[in-house]
Amino acid sequence: MAYKIKESTCVGCLACRDECPNQAISETNFVMSIDPTKCTECIGFFADPQCLSICPIPRTIQINPDVPRFQAAV
Amino acid sequence: MESGKQKTVALLHVMQPAGQKNSGTGCASSGGKGKSSCGSSAGQGDLSPEVWEKVKNHPCYSEEAHHHYARMHVAVAPACNIQCNYCNRKYDCSNESRPGVVSERLTPEQATKKVLAVASTIPQMTVLGIAGPGDPLANPEKTFKTFEMVAQSAPDIKLCLSTNGLMLPDYVDQIAALNIDHVTITINMIDPKVGAKIYPWVFYNHKRYTGVEASQILSERQLLGLEMLTARGILCKVNSVMIPGINDHHLVAVNKAVKARGAFLHNIMPLISAPEHGTVFGLNGQPGPTAQELKLLQDSCEGEMNMMRHCRQCRADAVGLLGDDRSAEFTTDKVMAMDVTYDRAGREAYQEKVELKRQAVVAARNMELATLAGEHSDVSILIAVATKGGGRINEHFGHAKEFQIYEVSTAGSKFVGHRRVDVYCEGGYAEEDSLATVVRAINDCQAVFVARIGGCPREGLKAAGIEPVDRFALEYIEQSAIAYFKDYLERVRRGEIQHSKRGDADIRQGALIA
Ligand code: SF4
Ligand code: SF4
Ligand code: SF4
Repeated sequence: MAYKIKESTCVGCLACRDECPNQAISETNFVMSIDPTKCTECIGFFADPQCLSICPIPRTIQINPDVPRFQAAV
Repeated sequence: MESGKQKTVALLHVMQPAGQKNSGTGCASSGGKGKSSCGSSAGQGDLSPEVWEKVKNHPCYSEEAHHHYARMHVAVAPACNIQCNYCNRKYDCSNESRPGVVSERLTPEQATKKVLAVASTIPQMTVLGIAGPGDPLANPEKTFKTFEMVAQSAPDIKLCLSTNGLMLPDYVDQIAALNIDHVTITINMIDPKVGAKIYPWVFYNHKRYTGVEASQILSERQLLGLEMLTARGILCKVNSVMIPGINDHHLVAVNKAVKARGAFLHNIMPLISAPEHGTVFGLNGQPGPTAQELKLLQDSCEGEMNMMRHCRQCRADAVGLLGDDRSAEFTTDKVMAMDVTYDRAGREAYQEKVELKRQAVVAARNMELATLAGEHSDVSILIAVATKGGGRINEHFGHAKEFQIYEVSTAGSKFVGHRRVDVYCEGGYAEEDSLATVVRAINDCQAVFVARIGGCPREGLKAAGIEPVDRFALEYIEQSAIAYFKDYLERVRRGEIQHSKRGDADIRQGALIA
């Protein structure tokens, strides 16, 4: 799984984009999106997902159930 | 700028000090003048000679200068790294702005062009601030890039920065290297237990902290940042939001702590909170202070330190002088299409003229004050003034969107704050309940000075015990206030009127959008 951003509540502050260690988050015309092929849920970088930790709006960054859970390389 | 998500492009973030944030946003005033702006041309108060040298003519901090210069903000910093209970992140940072103002978001290149466009058109614009919409130091690349670009093209513009302080210690070197003129830190507590009621979380070192721990980190970083800046001789102002029942008494301790660390000015602002702002405090019914509660706290801190009263908490203020809004000329689209040449010589010539005008205002005040010499009385009164700026009584009562409040005694006159009111006379007819709004906002004043006033509101004000005064129309505010006060004392002495303290007044919730 990766994370995804709920468009209807996101205020477009770009905080998540700037914190992502994988440059997985991008913005076009104030619409943010997470590239599921790049998001590692911050595994391998930080204890907590950075985007989720800095996002000011509750329940805006959510688990993306359409993608399989990220597997850390062994 | 077209999708439904695009926030309405906000007005140009110019603070027109016109006498007063806010802000948000036109801030400046009696602060730099020392605790008593009473008496002649400003007192150094407890400021050190070096600080005094920097602030005595500062467009943000000298009261006289403040009435004649404007400052502007550019919205290049959308992200924030903490959460405040008085903030709704759908809008701009409430530390310096008012809730309810939607954000725009500019790139450093767009912002620089906007600054040059405004500075070329409005020569009294002399200070550029970055304060949000989030926290400038949570967006360090964009913030410092904007400052660098502006400093290169317009080296005469002073730069300032407002921050929640969390990342401040990390950027003190950069702030010093860029010659940033002054920094404002919002400090609402020094006790993390108090902080836990104001800040639900902070994001620090890649982790979200909550509760007392969050405020512990925030407070340590704020005070450390303040110490580091003042050690380098950079001017630091502290803003505090007064939240009754949470930090109101505690702010006296905050005042002492920030003074001890070298802040030269402390600005206590009222919490602005209403359910429609969608903030935690707004939704749980946390009230803001009344005008009297705010003034009492400011007065009790003033013994300790210079206070700043003029702040309207406005940040997205209009462009141009009050009542002459020019923000429509500077939307992002228009600015980007403009061909801007920065006319430094023209600006300097204009500013010289402003200086002469400013000196005339001070001279008039001092002359009038001299006639009070030798008089002593315990009486002090508040006067509300309708003005468009320039230090004169030049606004019609019915057109005033806010009133400036002056306190006058035998010690002299001083500016003590603003009261925002609804436009009383919309389209030429007056409604009764709008007069009631004005009365509530200036209920603690003995008189209201106006350029003109209609018969109906005149009677209404008298009935409420506030004397409407139009005989000083177009005159200088402080000179007139002192003249009025002399006459007032005379009338009290002759027994024509009886002096009694007036009641409390409302601080109006919501934004002043000129
Ligand atoms: S969870 Fe981490 S890697 Fe994934 S988008 Fe968020 S910040 Fe980037
Ligand atoms: S941090 Fe949250 S609100 Fe800000 S852009 Fe990212 S998802 Fe949107
Ligand atoms: S620091 Fe400013 S933008 Fe950040 S939460 Fe507080 S008021 Fe809002």
